[in-house]
Amino acid sequence: MASESALQPFHEQYQALSNAQDMPGHQLPWLSNLRERGMQRFDELGFPTPKAEVWKYTNLRPLERQVFVPATGTTANVGVDRVPSLIGEQAGHRAVFVNGRFRAEMSSLGRLPDGAEVLSFAQALETDPGFLERHVDQIASRHEDQAFYHLNSAFMQDGLVIKVAEGAKIEEPIEVVYLAAADEEALAYHPRTLIVMAPDSEATVVEHHVGIGDGTTFANHVGEVAVERGAKLHHYKLNAETDAAFHVATLHARVDENAFYDSFTLTTGGRLTRNEPHIVLNGAHADARLNGAYLQRDKQHCDSTTLIEHAVPDTHCREIFKGALEGKSRAVFQGKLHVHPDAQRTDGNQLSRCLLLSDQAEIDAKPELEIYADDVVCSHGCTAGELEKDPLFYLRSRGIPFPVARRIMVESFLGEVVEEITTEELQHAFMSRVSDWLSRSTE
Amino acid sequence: MAMLEIKDLKAEIEGQEILKGVNLSIEPGEVHAIMGPNGSGKSTLAHVLTGRDGYEVTGGDALFQGQSILEMEPEERAAVGLFLAFQYPVEIPGVTMTTFLKEAVNSIRKARGEKEIDAMQFTKELRERCKLLGIPEDMMRRSVNTGFSGGEKKRAEVLQMAAIEPKLAVLDETDSGLDIDALKTVADGVNRLRSPERSMLLITHYQRLLTYIEPDHVHVMVRGQIAKSGDKSLALQLEEKGYAEFAEDVAA
Repeated sequence: MASESALQPFHEQYQALSNAQDMPGHQLPWLSNLRERGMQRFDELGFPTPKAEVWKYTNLRPLERQVFVPATGTTANVGVDRVPSLIGEQAGHRAVFVNGRFRAEMSSLGRLPDGAEVLSFAQALETDPGFLERHVDQIASRHEDQAFYHLNSAFMQDGLVIKVAEGAKIEEPIEVVYLAAADEEALAYHPRTLIVMAPDSEATVVEHHVGIGDGTTFANHVGEVAVERGAKLHHYKLNAETDAAFHVATLHARVDENAFYDSFTLTTGGRLTRNEPHIVLNGAHADARLNGAYLQRDKQHCDSTTLIEHAVPDTHCREIFKGALEGKSRAVFQGKLHVHPDAQRTDGNQLSRCLLLSDQAEIDAKPELEIYADDVVCSHGCTAGELEKDPLFYLRSRGIPFPVARRIMVESFLGEVVEEITTEELQHAFMSRVSDWLSRSTE
Repeated sequence: MAMLEIKDLKAEIEGQEILKGVNLSIEPGEVHAIMGPNGSGKSTLAHVLTGRDGYEVTGGDALFQGQSILEMEPEERAAVGLFLAFQYPVEIPGVTMTTFLKEAVNSIRKARGEKEIDAMQFTKELRERCKLLGIPEDMMRRSVNTGFSGGEKKRAEVLQMAAIEPKLAVLDETDSGLDIDALKTVADGVNRLRSPERSMLLITHYQRLLTYIEPDHVHVMVRGQIAKSGDKSLALQLEEKGYAEFAEDVAA
């Protein structure tokens, strides 16, 4: 009898797409090879199980049990007449994807400075395949066992490419809206993001993942990011899909000498969300911020599994994850700092704090320091608990009703990490999502 | 009708009886002081009146303008007009004083079916009140009580009282930890809020506060009961003789 995971017809679907020569760039040998290898590797690995250490706390059976159809450019049966925006007019450039496909008619890329390009992956395959060949699948390391990375490689058809030339600065944030839109048919899609920041360039990318319709979706994102010497990338993300959405995002970022990779992720939506960033600090004075906040309720599950590698001396990272859980929701934080043997004078610190707003919510937090150098400063902290009683009573004694007092306290708790976002306007945008979530749940 | 009427109130913490039948009646406009040695139940009385967790009322009642408050949530007690100035004001990082005060004032207005306060009006009044209490305005942009000195915290309590305009204010050891200048400022702030419609209950260990805020009535609390009541001269007697004689009276 076939196991449940064998019911997932990914292989057959891949063969069909491959035989039909239906995927963008099918004529490019490097890409066909990459897809083929991806499929092979996924076939070998199958879905991760809790036996694998990095998947210990996230059970994928609900995902495995669901049969998905590959989303095509026209599979959105749901009316998409309005594109939600996180940052409104602040976004100078907006790229919109529906079920992983770029929708030019909904996007407004605006005027970009010389040397900066924002385009869809499918388009880049036509106009600049050499660039993609040089970078796609070249940044990741230690990804051999990442089943979803390989599944993405097999199925990637579209996605986002951002290319910023040496010294170019994109002043206004680029908002990238990923709409998950399904109704009766469960849809899977595998967008690929490639961001290459040439030396001394700068950009801000705000990913906004949102869902419409009642259907189940499986978004399997892979991001590859190179932040070259002296460049700065601010990479923010809102996961606000519906509670029928599965979202897995595997990210590989390389941060070179004097470069700065600044990230923040807020997860409010999704049935099962897994964010797995892997940052390699690859040059002296490379600096990374890997921050996140999560708010989950009912049976939502949010997993942040992170790896920061200090590969050379004099690198710096700071990681803060904070969240609040209601109902029977569950969060996972597994944060590993890996300091290579010659990575002296590494400065790394990590903090995970979780508020449990119900008796049935659960956080599994596992900080991990793997240090092979002797001259380093690394710290980690990890807390989980209920709302503090004294401040709650203090607020209530001033006439502030319990739900409002609770909202105020959770906001201030999460505010600390939202404030790590370097732009004040974007802080407000994310903070208002936090407030919305809290108001929905308590009033 | 009395502003507050406490009838044979008994309460315990973790099975240990702290209040052993307290009787007290406060009329509108009156200022009462409760004095007593450490551990006599003064602060417990304040906490039970404001609805803090961890205390179990085992007997008696507390009526606020004729209505029992013991079953009410803390925010409901605030809405009917009860206010506690904390002995140890709580720090709330990440919430500014302004936000906090505005939420408090509007929550109480909302509970009473009134309109939200006009933001401009609120800011204007707050500025005036800060000035009167010698509170620098930038303190309003700081997080609630966070990093405040002892004196700043107590001033902030009086500021909250002024903004909320309660009918009955319970001040729990508001004088503790204050130097003489701060004590005067805080006392001035409290005196300014005295009115024929507003009552106050001062809980204090020392007579010192009562030279600046003159009470109409003074009560001595010992081992969970009011052992003696009198006018302000009682406070002076206590200052001279200490609490020993009352302790014996109750024990006898």
